[in-house]
Amino acid sequence: MKKFFIRLNYTKGFNVLKKGFWLENQVAIAVLGICSSLAITNKVENAIAMGLGVTFVVMASSALIALIRNFIPSQVRMVTYMVIISSFVIIVQMFLKAYFPSLANQLGAYVGLIITNCIVMGRAEAFAVKNPVKYALVDGFASGMGYMIVLLAASTIREVLAFGTFLNIPVMGEGWVPWTIMALAPGGFFVISLFVWFIRDRQQYVEGGN
Amino acid sequence: MNPLLELFIASFLNHNIALVYILGMCPLIAISTNVKNAFGMGLAVTIVTGLTAVINWPIYQFLLSTGTEDLNLLVFMITIATTVQFLELFIEKFIPKLYNSFGIYLPLITVNCIVLAVSLFFVNRTYTFEETAVYGFGSGIGWMLAIVLLAGVREKMSKRSDLPKGLTGKGIAFVILGILALAFIGFTGIANVTFGN
Repeated sequence: MKKFFIRLNYTKGFNVLKKGFWLENQVAIAVLGICSSLAITNKVENAIAMGLGVTFVVMASSALIALIRNFIPSQVRMVTYMVIISSFVIIVQMFLKAYFPSLANQLGAYVGLIITNCIVMGRAEAFAVKNPVKYALVDGFASGMGYMIVLLAASTIREVLAFGTFLNIPVMGEGWVPWTIMALAPGGFFVISLFVWFIRDRQQYVEGGN
Repeated sequence: MNPLLELFIASFLNHNIALVYILGMCPLIAISTNVKNAFGMGLAVTIVTGLTAVINWPIYQFLLSTGTEDLNLLVFMITIATTVQFLELFIEKFIPKLYNSFGIYLPLITVNCIVLAVSLFFVNRTYTFEETAVYGFGSGIGWMLAIVLLAGVREKMSKRSDLPKGLTGKGIAFVILGILALAFIGFTGIANVTFGN
C-alpha cells in the first residue's frame, strides 16, 4: 500500500490533480473565478450547482481544446475558446432550466456568467493548449473541484450564519438571530478573505509585491 | 425623480455592480495596485460596457423575433469580442496616445464579467432601449468608482502596513472590498429601483 502511494506521487496525473486541487487552488492561490464564488455562496445549494456547473464546463472545454489544440491558429485562439466555452455553458443553462427551474431562477444571470469565469479561460490558456486530452480532463476536474471545495466551505458558513439553515434545513434552533450582513456582499468578501488567508498560511505561500 | 435618472444613480451607487452584485472581481483585484492604472482600466470598461449593451439590445430583439433566444450567450460573447477588437483598432489608429496608456487592458475586458452581466441583466429585467443604455454606462461608472477606491487604499497600504504573511497582496484586497461594500450598503434607498431577480 505504501509502495503504491510512493509510486502514485510520481505519476503526472496525480501531480496535476494535487496541483489543481490544493497547491494552485484557483480561488485561494490564483485568485480566479472570484465573482461567482462571492456572489452565489449565500446558499449551499447554489454553491453545489455552481461548482458542478463550472467543473463540467472546465472539463468539457479543456478536453475539447486539448483535442483540437494543433488545429487552432494562435491569432484566433481566444475567440475559439470563447465559442467553445459558450456552447458548453448554454448546455448547462438549458439543463438547469429543464430539470431544476427554481434553482435556475435563483442563480439567474450567474449561470451565463460561467463563460467569463476566469478559471475556464485560464485553464484553457495555461494548460489545455499544451497538453493531451487525458491530462486536460484531470486538470479540469481538479481545478473545478478545488473551486467547489472553497465554495462549499464558504457557503456553509454563510448560510448557517445568515439564515440559520443548512441546505434549507434549520440547524441553529429557535432563538437564533440571523446575521443579515452575511447574506450580503460584505459577508462574502470577509468569508472568502478568511479562506484565502487560511489556505495561503497552510501552504506558506507569500505573494510578491505589495 | 425622473425614472431614467433614478436608474442611473442606482446603477452606480446602491446597486453598484462591483460592490453590491460582486461582479468583475478578477480584473478589479488584479489591476488595483495603483490609482493611475485603475483609472485607465475603469474608463475602458465603462466605454465597452455601455457600447456593448447598446449593440446587444437590438440583436437580442432580433433573436427574440426569430425564437432563437437560447443562443443569446454565444451571440453576446461574439459581439463583445468584436466590439473590443474594433475599439482597439479604432483607438490605435486615431488616438495613439490613449492606446499606449491602455496597453494590455483593452483585450482583457473581453473576459470582464460585468460586460456580459449587463447584457444578461437587460434580458432578465426586460429593459427598454433607453434604460439599457443608461444602465450600461452607469454600471461601467460604478465599476470605475469601485476600482479607483480600492486602488487608492491599496496604494497607501503597500507603503506602510504590516500585514500577516498569508494576507499580503490579494488577500487584503478582499478585506478592503468588504469594508467598501459595507459602506455602499449605506446608500440603500438613495434611488428606488425595483429589480426583478
